[in-house]
Amino acid sequence: MSFLTYFINGLSLGSIYAIIALGYTMVYGIAKMLNFAHGDFIMVGCYVVFTVVSTMGLNPVVGIVVSIVICTLLGVTTEKVAYKPLRNAGSPLAVLITAIGVSYFLENAALLIFGADTKAFTSVIPWEGIILAGGALKIQGVTIITIAVSLVILIVLQTFIYKTKAGQAMLAVSEDKGAASLMGIDVNKTISLTFAIGSALAAIAGVLMCSAYPSLTPYTGAMPGIKAFVAAVLGGIGSIPGAMIGGLILGIIEILGKTYVSSQLSDAIVFGILVIVLLVKPTGILGKNVQEKV
Amino acid sequence: MKLFKKVVSVAAASAMAVSLLSGCGSSAPSDTYKIGSIGPATGGGAAYGTCVKNSIQIAVDEINQAGGINGKKIEYKFEDDELNAEKAVNAYNSLKDWGMQFLLGTVTSASSIAVSEKTKEDNMFQLTPSGSAADCVKYENVFRVCFSDPNQGIASADYIADNGLATKIGIIYDSSDVYSSGIYQKFAEEAALKGLEIVSAEAFNADNKTDFSVHIQKAKDNGAELVFLPIYYQEASLVLSQAATMDYSPKFFGCDGLDGLTAVKNFDESLAEGVMLLTPFAADATDDLTVNFVTKYKEQFGEVPNQFGADAYDAVYAVKAAIEKEGITPDMSVSDICEKMKKGMTEIEVAGLTGTITWDASGEPTKEPKAVVIENGSYKSMQ
Amino acid sequence: MTMKKIQDKYITYGMVVIAYVLCEILMRTGIMSSHIKGLLVPMCYYAIVAVGLNLCVGILGELSLGHAGFMCVGAYTSALFSFAMEDVIPTVPRFIMALIIGVAFSTLFGFLIGIPVLRLKGDYLAIVTLAFGEIIKNIFNAVYLGIDDAGLHISLKDMSSMGMDPSGKILINGAQGITGTPSDANFTIAAFLLLASLFVVQNLINSRDGRAIMAIRDNRIAAESNGINITKYKMFAFTISAAIAGTAGVLFSHNISTLTATSQYFGYNASILILVYVVLGGIGNIRGSVIAAVILYLLPELLRGLSDYRMLIYSIVLIVMMLFNWAPKAREFREKHFAFLNKRKEAR
Repeated sequence: MSFLTYFINGLSLGSIYAIIALGYTMVYGIAKMLNFAHGDFIMVGCYVVFTVVSTMGLNPVVGIVVSIVICTLLGVTTEKVAYKPLRNAGSPLAVLITAIGVSYFLENAALLIFGADTKAFTSVIPWEGIILAGGALKIQGVTIITIAVSLVILIVLQTFIYKTKAGQAMLAVSEDKGAASLMGIDVNKTISLTFAIGSALAAIAGVLMCSAYPSLTPYTGAMPGIKAFVAAVLGGIGSIPGAMIGGLILGIIEILGKTYVSSQLSDAIVFGILVIVLLVKPTGILGKNVQEKV
Repeated sequence: MKLFKKVVSVAAASAMAVSLLSGCGSSAPSDTYKIGSIGPATGGGAAYGTCVKNSIQIAVDEINQAGGINGKKIEYKFEDDELNAEKAVNAYNSLKDWGMQFLLGTVTSASSIAVSEKTKEDNMFQLTPSGSAADCVKYENVFRVCFSDPNQGIASADYIADNGLATKIGIIYDSSDVYSSGIYQKFAEEAALKGLEIVSAEAFNADNKTDFSVHIQKAKDNGAELVFLPIYYQEASLVLSQAATMDYSPKFFGCDGLDGLTAVKNFDESLAEGVMLLTPFAADATDDLTVNFVTKYKEQFGEVPNQFGADAYDAVYAVKAAIEKEGITPDMSVSDICEKMKKGMTEIEVAGLTGTITWDASGEPTKEPKAVVIENGSYKSMQ
Repeated sequence: MTMKKIQDKYITYGMVVIAYVLCEILMRTGIMSSHIKGLLVPMCYYAIVAVGLNLCVGILGELSLGHAGFMCVGAYTSALFSFAMEDVIPTVPRFIMALIIGVAFSTLFGFLIGIPVLRLKGDYLAIVTLAFGEIIKNIFNAVYLGIDDAGLHISLKDMSSMGMDPSGKILINGAQGITGTPSDANFTIAAFLLLASLFVVQNLINSRDGRAIMAIRDNRIAAESNGINITKYKMFAFTISAAIAGTAGVLFSHNISTLTATSQYFGYNASILILVYVVLGGIGNIRGSVIAAVILYLLPELLRGLSDYRMLIYSIVLIVMMLFNWAPKAREFREKHFAFLNKRKEAR
């Protein structure tokens, strides 16, 4: 029974990683860029909800909508100003470094605007959860909602990418930008759209993350962001179901590692498993193996 | 590429020239007391550094408005160390160039130890408000305002045992934090002597401080009646809210790091109901000194100060008292000031926000911790 | 090796030597402020680690996000030695031995980690180096090591479980790290080590081995079909790169007296910061790495006057520098209007 309790705790944490990883993998898989600032978009989303709901006293739904709009605008603007000029820079590392600059910028701007002190986030999910086995097991409401939302996002994204024209354009851009533009696809517009979707997902992930772990500082997004990146790689870069699975697995490993091995070495365990998985299956759990041709 | 290098190297060279020149200004005898402070104003520890920065400002403004010390004003400058010992040393050097005579820092222990190597070399007086590790005050020129970690660990274990609060103890601590692991180590030793049983001791670290489900679950499964939290209020607020969702409600007991819990913006105060803590400072105490300080802080900075700020505020008044006692004047050399301060610190008694404090030559303060319990969102004395 | 390349090499050495002499003169005459004086050694070790990383990223062409981990290995092993032997061996031989130990261990780690890592490609390789960096940091954070009359005690849990005699000496106190390492490093040593690492890397680049490594970077399959042993050369470059990072680590731990394995120093953030130096200085451009490391380390320090806005301005400067330096449009603009500055081609 106690194993089940820990497993469910792992699922709660994993669901948070999964929903962040979904947004991460959109940008990462299509635009082929490691957006280190993604975690900070999450933080921005949380602060927006905090301001709207707790400071202005409006309805949480309003907060979430405003947060999605602001994050989307922020994502698109960042892409225009900081990433787009470097798209043909010759090295993919150039844009990676700029993303780090953007990450520093967002963190320090939030520090100046909201101050360094921790804010307690009021959960937007009032549901307590389900109690099983006569009170011995409890699945939290926020976990169930997060998993449900992730699944909905997963299905919507899959349908969007494989069934719509814009989605097909994204796939084409991710395969080969040059060829895609020859086929009449507007590469810039497609990448902007990808960023818009990715950032909107960051806002949703942020709200759910802060509902589960109600503490908000300018650095809230950084570590979950990197963990979600790990999850995306674990699941296979560019695979949307892979990101979700990777996130859940990562959360479960982390909690079980803390429980049965050592609470101090949990990071070493998580990253150790990542290394092993990638050595056995070098393109992640659901990643496609691309044969190299001469 | 070449242009970039040229532009930047010219810029860097001119900036360097400016900072080189600024080094010369400090040799002139000054007419003001120059107090410097170092702490994290950005990065993970920004909440503590900012509070120290602001609190010293309040104390300095108060003293200057009242006519200064012996008619001489105080000048104050704060430098950011990003929670990084290497940057703290850089900040110290930069303050030295500015002409600092008294260092009220640094805020965190690891930085404080690194900087104390340099202050010892320069024989600069150093008073850390909140560097609590044992090694912080190993040199003669360093004093501190807060309790040392071992001291707090022992006091907590004694209090729990002597008052029969519980016999089965669970601990959640931050292994990457000097303060937290220092208290934990001494607490564990003292608890064993006092016959307390530690049923679970689980650590987290700075990179992993959002999910406490395992820590709480282990305490719960092992039947801990009391969970000891030698951690800061930010993480404690998460522990409390997660314990509530897991339907676990033991007694919670913490040290001075928990002060600030009820001031976390938007925090559900019912979660903190019944939490006990040993702290020398309580932001909602009703004595004139605390009310004055907290009101000013809220007015100027819009937040409620925590115990870091209180320690820093007291540090300024300790320096003032020692200056008056020894008749230190701003035109003395740094080293002479330090010698006099070392003597002065042991002879003064400061009635501050964190109680009435005296120092001995080892640099350790003597003051009384107060045990308080949170009831309806405010502190109530336990004795 | 062409004449130009030789020249280029000596320009880099000359630059470091001139900077060193200039700084020494300023220091001796007392003109240099203590703030800048304190920055000299850190600037050197960040330049060293940037040179090391550039070997991996620019010459070998593999993105590593874990070089701070190798720095951590060098820093911890050497500091442990110096701290334990502080009263036994005099300063000079002790520091030399510490340096050898630090470099040896980081070389060993580089070799061991290189075996699995170099089988991977691209982003997957990057993430695995990041993972190893975090693992190293996490383990050093959890180690408790002490020595007493009964010998060495080690624990991965806490201090009390080591079962140590109270009279013993605690060497590594978990996350609190090593406190009280003697500060043996100084600017002369740091500058010398910078020159040494430049010497190693530049000679490697211009050697037969170096050309083989660059051939692998440019076209792996073509290189392989020309009979170049891919695995051997990759391992070779990666290990040397790790060793250089370890050298920087030794300087790091002997410059400040408290050594903790926290993310500010040895986490992925730190690795990325080093990568920033490399990319801004020019991928594959060794001299650029040194210049960029010096400037970017100096920048936030010189911005101290801006107090609260310091890091915000720093981030904006970083973004602008990247755009100015890398964006194709900005490059065109520069070539058109500042062509006279661009005469000499990049040294690759």
